[in-house]
Amino acid sequence: MSGHVSPVSLYVTIFLSLMVLTAVTVFAAFVDLGPFNFFVALVIACFKASLVIWFFMHLKYQSALTKLTVATGLFFLMILLTLTMVDYSSKGFTPMPSILQ
Amino acid sequence: MSNAVVHADSHGQAHAAHHPALQHHFDTMGQQKEAAVIGMWVFLLTEILFFGGLFMAYMLYRTWYFDAFAEASRSLDIFWGALNTAVLIASSLTMAMAVRCAQVNKRMATVNWLILTMILGAVFLGVKVIEYSDKFEHHHVPGLNYKWAAEHPSTALGAGAPAPVAGAGHAEPAAAAAPHRELSLSPEQLQLTTQIYFSLYFTMTGLHALHMIIGIGLMSVITWMAWKGKFDAEYYTPVEMSGLYWHFVDIVWIFLFPLLYLVERP
Repeated sequence: MSGHVSPVSLYVTIFLSLMVLTAVTVFAAFVDLGPFNFFVALVIACFKASLVIWFFMHLKYQSALTKLTVATGLFFLMILLTLTMVDYSSKGFTPMPSILQ
Repeated sequence: MSNAVVHADSHGQAHAAHHPALQHHFDTMGQQKEAAVIGMWVFLLTEILFFGGLFMAYMLYRTWYFDAFAEASRSLDIFWGALNTAVLIASSLTMAMAVRCAQVNKRMATVNWLILTMILGAVFLGVKVIEYSDKFEHHHVPGLNYKWAAEHPSTALGAGAPAPVAGAGHAEPAAAAAPHRELSLSPEQLQLTTQIYFSLYFTMTGLHALHMIIGIGLMSVITWMAWKGKFDAEYYTPVEMSGLYWHFVDIVWIFLFPLLYLVERP
């Protein structure tokens, strides 16, 4: 039992993809998309993080229990972020932009 | 069965048949590895929620004081941020290669990739030192000496102009139309609210840098162990675990770079 050994070419491909996506992030930041600049940046960052988790951190080759453990943690991160934002944007005591009210 | 002699016998047989790194409370190397992987991921999840609280604070204050965040973010140099992103991604590649070499029993290659990873980590921290000292020079460190001087003085509203403190930014249709659009905050308000941005900037990048320093310390121990020949294709768990940690630190930066450096650049 020595775990899955990924080919070097896979690691290099992931590395190059991450580099290209970094360049895309910088490029996209200079394109005026209004509020969507934030979402584009987040989507690219999430995709880059997924590549790192899936291939560099070998989650692809781990057991279903490990995958479920990771998914649970990310689920709780989503609860932390979305429910707190919902809480703040639904209260009248703080100024929020109209798109979040 | 409760006889101690029987236990010693079976234990002795176990040592003869099993890998020396297999601890007695595990049946197989696979089971031991699985336990380590899940344990490490659970630790990383607590780290994700730890940084998650800071990301939450960032999101909220960015929404409230978007103009302050946009202005303060423009004072950061994209070149250094992008360079550091590239350096960290490269260090993730070298770390993955170190784990791979450990998996296929290449002892010296593992050591060399680990050393290269530490060097890249040190380069990242060196760039961070350049950036931090620049912030100190410009009085952009929150506190008594904090002084916000607008990069583009014409964009800020006049001192006497009444302006809402927050709730602007994205909501204004013409807001992002021009690169040097009119800000909704007066210089006095910017002096206060940009400090929130820099407080988060220093907390988040500072904690990230602390994780890098811990990671380099961790890796120097692992490198020493690898050099001493403690790992083989059957047992390389410490290399893989420090790899998981290093990749996690990389992921945090993947989010920090666009959130801190690229708030509003058009």
